[in-house]
Formats: sequence, structure tokens, C-alpha cells
Amino acid sequence: MAVSDTAEPTRRDFLFIATGAVGAVGAAAVAWPLVSQMNPDASVRALASIEVDVSALAEGQSITIKWRGNPVFIRYRTAAEIEEARSVSIDDLPDRLARNANVSESADASDINRTATGREEIIVMMGVCTHLGCVPLGEQGEFGGWYCPCHGSHYDTAGRIRKGPAPENLPVPAFEFVGDNIIKIG
Amino acid sequence: MAGHSNFETNNPLIKWVETRLPIFGLMQSQAMDFPTPKNLNYWWTFGGILTFCLAVQIVVGIVLAMHYTPHVDMAFGSVEHIMRNVNYGWMLRYIHATGGSMFFIAVYIHMFRGMYYGSYKEPRELLWILGVVILLVMMATAFLGYVLPWGQMSFWGAKVITSLFSAVPLVGEDLVVWLWGGFSVDNPTLNRFYSLHYLLPFVLVGVVFLHIWALHVTGNNNPTGISVKSEQDTISFHPYYTMKDAFAMALFVLVFAFFVFYKPNYLGHPINYQEADPLVTPEHIVPEWYFLPFYAILRSIPHKLLGVIAMFASIFVLVILPWLDTSRVRSARYRPIFKQFFWLLVIDCVILGFVGANPPEGTWLLVGQIGTAYYFLHFLVIIPLLGLIETPKPRPTSISQAVLDANKGKGGGADAVPSAQAAE
Repeated sequence: MAVSDTAEPTRRDFLFIATGAVGAVGAAAVAWPLVSQMNPDASVRALASIEVDVSALAEGQSITIKWRGNPVFIRYRTAAEIEEARSVSIDDLPDRLARNANVSESADASDINRTATGREEIIVMMGVCTHLGCVPLGEQGEFGGWYCPCHGSHYDTAGRIRKGPAPENLPVPAFEFVGDNIIKIG
Repeated sequence: MAGHSNFETNNPLIKWVETRLPIFGLMQSQAMDFPTPKNLNYWWTFGGILTFCLAVQIVVGIVLAMHYTPHVDMAFGSVEHIMRNVNYGWMLRYIHATGGSMFFIAVYIHMFRGMYYGSYKEPRELLWILGVVILLVMMATAFLGYVLPWGQMSFWGAKVITSLFSAVPLVGEDLVVWLWGGFSVDNPTLNRFYSLHYLLPFVLVGVVFLHIWALHVTGNNNPTGISVKSEQDTISFHPYYTMKDAFAMALFVLVFAFFVFYKPNYLGHPINYQEADPLVTPEHIVPEWYFLPFYAILRSIPHKLLGVIAMFASIFVLVILPWLDTSRVRSARYRPIFKQFFWLLVIDCVILGFVGANPPEGTWLLVGQIGTAYYFLHFLVIIPLLGLIETPKPRPTSISQAVLDANKGKGGGADAVPSAQAAE
């Protein structure tokens, strides 16, 4: 048996390599569907967008709607809240990015970049704490915005993280005004 | 240590089977004749109790699955259906829910016993690591099972714990969506959790089998931590320890039954009797009591990724414990300083439990941070150092000698041969 180093590949070598290769490729080919089936299915992905009428929303009021299984906050902010959000320097923010799907990814977290263009009093954002997914409570916390009761994250009136374990600002989903008072989310 | 089979029988049917599959010989050598240190105390009965807990959970779980519906619109109702309509459904569900808690009480006692008597040390490292694997699978099973009733705490517990994976750099968000099968915890999540909750107990059975196999290769540790040196140090597993285990199990079942019949909801959360609402987070999310110390560690670090890492590290540190401990003396009986630090660790874990049950603010946050720091200090600094600086007490020369000395102290006879020991 000491000839294998120099000898020509044998029939046995060929069978060993061929079987191993087919086995490895086959295992990978079967593994992928088994992994992929856990991703969102077609019916979940189909629930991509909804329209919300905000005409009844008065200054200082908020509504929470459900989009793709998650709460979305829509708030008509008061003048004082807007004023407060605008007075904050970007340098004071733990997360300086806008996290707004409607503006560029590198846009800074200024109040204007967080809100609807031309309708800056309206803020639309996911009601999902960026720490571990709880729903923050409105008009609470040290910055008068939102407060997450689970692990103590404080968000300001523009939904930006200011204090606590959450790493990012509340994300703003892709949305647009399709009528004067109709918001289409997604 | 595995005793060889000297199985004999005159029954022709058993003989016929035995020559084809030597299962009776295996049972006799491993479950009856198996040589076991003669000085095991009641802390050693929890292995048997844990096997019992697993069996109860599987049997009752299979029965509950006949009545439960894993769908977001029906899950909560089907659990109430079990409670109100199914014959003995209330009892079966309370046994299963309480059974989880009893399982964890037993496993924590079992683990602390292993730490106190140094059961994780050479040559039982792999036995210990398999135990940590069992703990991890148990935790996963308990977490998945808690989601199934689809109450408020089920839903939000699931959301918070699955969101832990979003802390993973780069792929975190995709990973969580993959786990959920959607953009939030929803019906696909409930379905897969049910599937996995049914699967994992059988994985546990497999790992428990490996755990017991490893035990039967090295043999039991014992309260002196001194290895078995001769046959004089051992007695057969049956009837001595089958009886002792059975007696302890009977007491354990009494406690179990007390909770099932008198305090079935004491260990749970009232808010889980409110159906899951994805738009409203309960004011105070807390996991079941057996996760509280780990939850406290997670929350004591005000950084998402580091908090998650610390929580997983608190269990992983147990895997490397056999190599962190530099002392060659196993039992705390002969380690006066270690014994004190052992109890400090127990107290620390209890304190972390209380911290985990309270909001992470003010004093609780501070206590949680100190408790977390001490937990890691114990394993990573104190345990390695102790082995180097501690002077152990003199140890008896053998298990038999230790038994003789103990009997002398009690004024008992000097003949601690197995038969006399058993007669006590």
C-alpha cells in the first residue's frame, strides 16, 4: 500500500473524490431550501403598503397603526415640540444619522431630515424600540418624546435616541403623501 | 468504572433476546450492578429527579399538543379551551407549566452541587460540558414553550429575546427577520416555535443519554471528591441508590404537586392571561424566574451588543470552568476559602434574580452591575487564584476512611462495610 504517492490515480481514488464532491454539493443544495423556507413567505411580503388618512389628526395628537405586524407612530407635533427638536445640536445625539428611508442613508439626524418634506409637523416612524423591539410610550421620558418602558430608552420629539441602551433613532419607513391628508406607507 | 456484564438467566426467551441484543446484560451492569461510591448524599439524587422531570414534560407535552392550536387567532383560545373543556386539561396544563419551573429548580441545584463538590474537574470535564449543553437546550425549549399560550408576556418576551439577535453585526436585522419569518413576531413565528418546542425535548433525551454515558465511564464523584480506590468504596446502584433516588423523587413530587394543586400560577405572570397585542407593550416585561439572573446581566450593561455578549458569556464561562479551576482538590469540604466563595456566588445569583425582576433604574441598575461584575470575577479571577493560594484541609485516604471517620464522630461502629452502611 506504500505506492499511492507516485502511482496514477486509481479507480478507487476517482470514486472517493466523485462521491465526496456529489455529497457535498448535494448537502449544500438541500440545506439552502431548508434555511430559506424560514424567510418571510410571499403572503407576508405581499402586505407591503397601506394608506392612512390623517385628516382627523389635530395638533398634539398621535395615532398608532399596524404595518407589517409592527406599530407605526404618526404624530402631529405641537409648535413647542418642533421648536425643541430643532434646537438640538447634531453633535449631542448618540445616533447622528437620520434613519429615514426617504432621504439619503448618510443624511444627518436633523429634525428636517426626520419628517415629511413640506409637512414638518407630521412625523411618521416605526413604533419599535431599536434596542429590543418594545413599543415606546408617547409624550413620556426625559426629552418629552417617547420612552421605552422595557429597558429605559428615551427618545426626543423627533424620535431620536437620547439616552438609554437603544443604539439608533426610531426608523422612518418609506412613505409619501398621496393626497392632501393620505399617507401611503411602504 | 463500567462494570462488565455477568448476566445470567434460565428463561429461554430472555436468553434468546440476550444473544441477539445484549440489552438485559447492559441493564444489569449499568443500572443495577453499577459500582457507585457508598457515601453519596441527597444532593446526588437530582440527576434522577431531572430525568423524571424530562419524562413528565414530554408525556404531558405530547398530550397537550393534542388540544393546542398554533395559530395567532386561536392559540390563546385553545389554551383556555384546555383549561375549561378538556378532561383534566387544567391539571395537565398546570403540570406542564409548573413542570418547567420544577425542572429548572432541580437543574440549578444539580449544577451548584457539581460546583460545590468539584464534579466538573478532571476526568469529568466532558460530563460537565454536556450538562451545560443540556442547560442551553432546556433554556431554548422553555423560552419557545412560553411563547405558545400567546399571552402578552409570551409575545413580548419572544419579541425582546429574538431581538437580541439584531445585535449581531452586519447580518443582525436579516437574521431576526429570518427567525420571525416576517417583520415582527407573528403567525409564522408561532408556528416554527411550536415545531421546535416539540423537537428540542427529544434532542434533550439524546444529550442526556450522552451525559449518562459519560457518567458511566468516569463513575460518580462523591462528597469527599476523592476517587474510588477499591471495591470497598462502592456499593451497587441497585437497590441502594435506586431506593435513595426514588425516596428523594417522592419528596420532590410532593413539592411539585403542592405548586400544581395549590399555587399553579404563583410562578407565572398574571398578564400572560391577557391575549397578545402587538401594539401594546406591557408596562413591565420580565422573563420567567429561571431566566432572571441572566436577564439582569443583559440589562446591567447599557450597550446592546455588549449586553448580549455578557449574557451568553455568563453561560459560556461554565464550559471553561474545568480549566479555570486550578485547584486539584475537588470537594469544598476540604477547601475552606472556596467554600465561602461558593456561597457568595449562590447569593450573587439570587441577588441577580431579584435585580432581573425589577426595572433597570437607580439602585437596581447599580446592584445589577455590581452583581454582574462579581459573577464574572468569581469565575475568571477568584476561582483561578484560589487554587494557587488556598491551603486545603487534610483529606481522608479513601472514601471508606471518610465514612469510618464520620461514623466514629457519631459514636457509631467502626465497621462501615457496605452492608452495615445500607442498614443505617
